[in-house]
Amino acid sequence: MSKPLLIVGGTVIDPAAKREGRFDILVEDGAIADVKPSIRAREGLEAVDAAGLLVVPGFVDLHVHFREPGREDKETIETGSRAAVRGGFTAVCPMPNTDPVVDHGGAVEWVRHEGGRVGLVDVLPIGALTRGERGEELTDFGELFEAGCIALSDDGRPLANSLLMRRALEYAKLFNRPIIQHAEDPSLSAGGVMHEGLVSTTLGLKGIPSESEAVIVARDLSLAELTGGWVHVAHLSCAKSVELIRQAKRRGVRVTCEVTPHHLALTEEAVAGFNADAKVNPPLRSEQDRQALLAGVADGTIDCIATDHAPHTDWEKDADFDSAPFGTTGLETALGVCVRALVEPKTLSWSRLIETLSTNPARIAGLDGDGLIAGKPANLTLIDPKAPWTVEPSRFASKGKHSPFAGWELPCRVVKVIRRGEVMGSDPKGV
Amino acid sequence: MADAAVLAGPSTQTLQWTKKDLLGLRELSAEEIRAILATAESFREISLRPIKKVPALRGRTVVNLFFEPSTRTRISFELAAKRLSADIINISASSSSLAKGETILDTIKNLEALKIDVVIIRHAASGVPHLLARHVSASVINAGDGAHEHPTQALLDLLTIQQKKGRLDGLRVSIIGDIAHSRVARSNIWGLMKLGAAVTVCGPPTLIPPHIEQLGVRATYDVKEAIREADVLMLLRIQHERQEAALVPSLREYRLRYGLDRERLKGAKPEVLIMHPGPINRGVEMDSSVADGPYSVILDQVTNGLAVRMAVLYLVAGTSKAEIPADE
Repeated sequence: MSKPLLIVGGTVIDPAAKREGRFDILVEDGAIADVKPSIRAREGLEAVDAAGLLVVPGFVDLHVHFREPGREDKETIETGSRAAVRGGFTAVCPMPNTDPVVDHGGAVEWVRHEGGRVGLVDVLPIGALTRGERGEELTDFGELFEAGCIALSDDGRPLANSLLMRRALEYAKLFNRPIIQHAEDPSLSAGGVMHEGLVSTTLGLKGIPSESEAVIVARDLSLAELTGGWVHVAHLSCAKSVELIRQAKRRGVRVTCEVTPHHLALTEEAVAGFNADAKVNPPLRSEQDRQALLAGVADGTIDCIATDHAPHTDWEKDADFDSAPFGTTGLETALGVCVRALVEPKTLSWSRLIETLSTNPARIAGLDGDGLIAGKPANLTLIDPKAPWTVEPSRFASKGKHSPFAGWELPCRVVKVIRRGEVMGSDPKGV
Repeated sequence: MADAAVLAGPSTQTLQWTKKDLLGLRELSAEEIRAILATAESFREISLRPIKKVPALRGRTVVNLFFEPSTRTRISFELAAKRLSADIINISASSSSLAKGETILDTIKNLEALKIDVVIIRHAASGVPHLLARHVSASVINAGDGAHEHPTQALLDLLTIQQKKGRLDGLRVSIIGDIAHSRVARSNIWGLMKLGAAVTVCGPPTLIPPHIEQLGVRATYDVKEAIREADVLMLLRIQHERQEAALVPSLREYRLRYGLDRERLKGAKPEVLIMHPGPINRGVEMDSSVADGPYSVILDQVTNGLAVRMAVLYLVAGTSKAEIPADE
């Protein structure tokens, strides 16, 4: 076990414990030992100077693509973990759409083992919902959860078959874990490469209507209501989905959902000039949709922010818009983009932002999410709220050197990440 | 020497051409479009000479890089380059190494290593010319990208209208057909609007793209209305694939509701111009009696296409200060 730490002089923001203010934190044996306005330094304690910094529970990302096994040229669990630490995350949930697909216990164990070998963030796999993500037969849920999956999803490929979705929601009740749906009606989105709207019309690109997402969200909410199962909707992109979920939550449907930083900060306009770095699925939508997403985060309809970190090689992204793959990096820019999109316009307080980046996703992932209280794992992110930096994708730790935020100045940076009492890394020059 | 005087032309000297590439009409100003049309006007004469060749681009290398089957556009560009004395090579998708898995950027960088001056690109994906223009120092001319733009087609349409009507400003032009998938429609919308024409687009709801009116055009599903008020009717090709994608129930249904035949034409203005970018689907979007009838300027469009492409090649490849030369 590492040396006991004393984190001194920081401003603690801990929504779970409803704590916000000047506190020192004592960390022993990987766990929080004490949180008090002032803790006296003593021999054998390693002091971490947090003056001027925010000290928050470590971020949890419910949605990343680490591409391993299969596409190690795009990302590996190791490079993805480094990117995660730089972004302030202490736990990440890789999606199972690798090659081969993570659809059986052995594959889950391998991902967890590799995550442990790298040892920078907790790697909590999401297992496939159907064998090979083919949408035909369900995977062995029990085996997957026992091997350590925190949820099941065919992310990247929506589960189109309504009966199968019904059975999945029903059967997953045995494990009290969510089915994560990438909501997209493949017949409505077929061939589409961006949001269907004025920009797609101008550029002559095939559009994906918002309804391609909304019809599946509506169906899944109905099925969750029917079965009492837990559906978690991945990366919401449009106003209609937000409204459907808002109403369903009022009715007591068991639904949680996430939104990405890029959907909160960007619109279809980012695609202008055929910018493939802004080609993501679901696509960046209209300003009206973006406003609805912001409102959804503000009123709690949207539970958490997840990056959908989806790195690709340069040569793949540097193609014509139709051929370039969907997906953007997200781990290293998430915090700054969220502060810019949510905190600076006063849509969200810092405390509510931390709730959406740490507390809520931790709970959805089945971590306790109780925050920084004695006895709990010491997973902490230290943020300098007044340290602007310019996004240069070539300097990312991720193998994906592309971002729709290239050239943006972001207002704050992650200074240190402490995972189970151990300092994992600090600012972009570290790790 | 008389030729030189004609060729010095009325307005080529009013604007100094500065653009390396021609990617679309959306990015061009009205002045730039007029400059191309004026240059084309003066080049038209070259093709009427017994020796149809000037040395304007002697020593320049032009590549026709076509990833979609095309006869008329490719040949029009090829002839344009030859009449300007450029060396031109044709590369079509089937013979290219893209079929062997090379990326499009690799292909173009290989061509650039051979020191080409101009690349003319046709591709089924929108934005490919823009991708190339960002990565190569050669001039890029868009010969049609996906459903985005086909600038030289619109320029030759503008030139044809100007010749036949004497002006563009104040005219009403109706574009009828598959607007959603048409690069010709988009380039014409930009070009016509910039030069002061009013544009109506017409077709069934499934072929009118969302928010098209925000570009400044009027959209209608009523073909009679689109015909009635137009000084110019531009018909677009209806492709068989559209039927497969359930965008029109059948080509027969399209012909019955939107096809231009003699009967429908009776509702048009007396001096209406009928245009079509080709190739025509006779018996679908227009009847033979209309295509070959007195109002049709379809073959004038083809002739003007050559002049427009000579002008575009000359402007992007030539030094902008050079006078258009007479024959040798």
